Amino acid sequence: METLLFWIFALVGVGCAGLVVLHRNPMSSAIYLVATMLCLAGLYALLAGPFVAVIQVLVYAGAVMVLMLFVIMMLNLREETLQREGSLMAWLIAGLVGLVLVVAVIPPFPQTPVGTPPSTFGTIEEVGRKLFTVYMLPFELTSVLLLVAIIGAVILAKRRTF
Amino acid sequence: MIPIPYYLTVSALLFVIGAIGVLMRRNALIMLMSLELMLNAVNLSFVAYARLHNDIGGHVFVFLSITVAAAEAAVGLAILLTIYRARETVDVDNLHLLQR
Repeated sequence: METLLFWIFALVGVGCAGLVVLHRNPMSSAIYLVATMLCLAGLYALLAGPFVAVIQVLVYAGAVMVLMLFVIMMLNLREETLQREGSLMAWLIAGLVGLVLVVAVIPPFPQTPVGTPPSTFGTIEEVGRKLFTVYMLPFELTSVLLLVAIIGAVILAKRRTF
Repeated sequence: MIPIPYYLTVSALLFVIGAIGVLMRRNALIMLMSLELMLNAVNLSFVAYARLHNDIGGHVFVFLSITVAAAEAAVGLAILLTIYRARETVDVDNLHLLQR
């Protein structure tokens, strides 16, 4: 069962990721990106991370993608602006470089046997305890970052001209 | 139990697809989406290694990186909107103000 789920999530996720890059219409790309995010959330759940999986669905597949879709609709891109993309030769070279990159990125496989994690592994309680003790400073800094992002986004989007 | 290297391979594939998207596409919106793809690929590595070492720290980092990605998306899209208002295009080949 777990194996089947892994292969479904992995294949659908990578396939949709490819379509995000290849599709001409930005709207379709965004929908495929949502599918990839959901598949990744499934993979997180398989890796015993229920909290991260939920956050992935809420923040990525929810908030960030809604933002993207809104911007796509506001931009209202015409068809002719979507036509010209890289030539076949360029895509071929990109694929080749990508292949080399995959081989380079895939790490030397760790052979450590993986035991079953403790039953509390990856729950919100466990993550929260670590977040508010060891990683207190990064957590607080994140709030400052979010404040800066809010103010920056509002000011940038509000202004009419340069 | 699926071996961890399988997850790492999926992560590497997603990262490379995102990198190709950033390098090949000329639509700034698609480039932003590819960027998100790359961030997600790294997150998958974090969670996989957290499982391998039974260390919850990886999950904390994914949490923080998702926050940063959300902030990045908000600011990036706002910049994109401003550029579109000024230049009526999101094609990065047409955005060559600094070349002149």
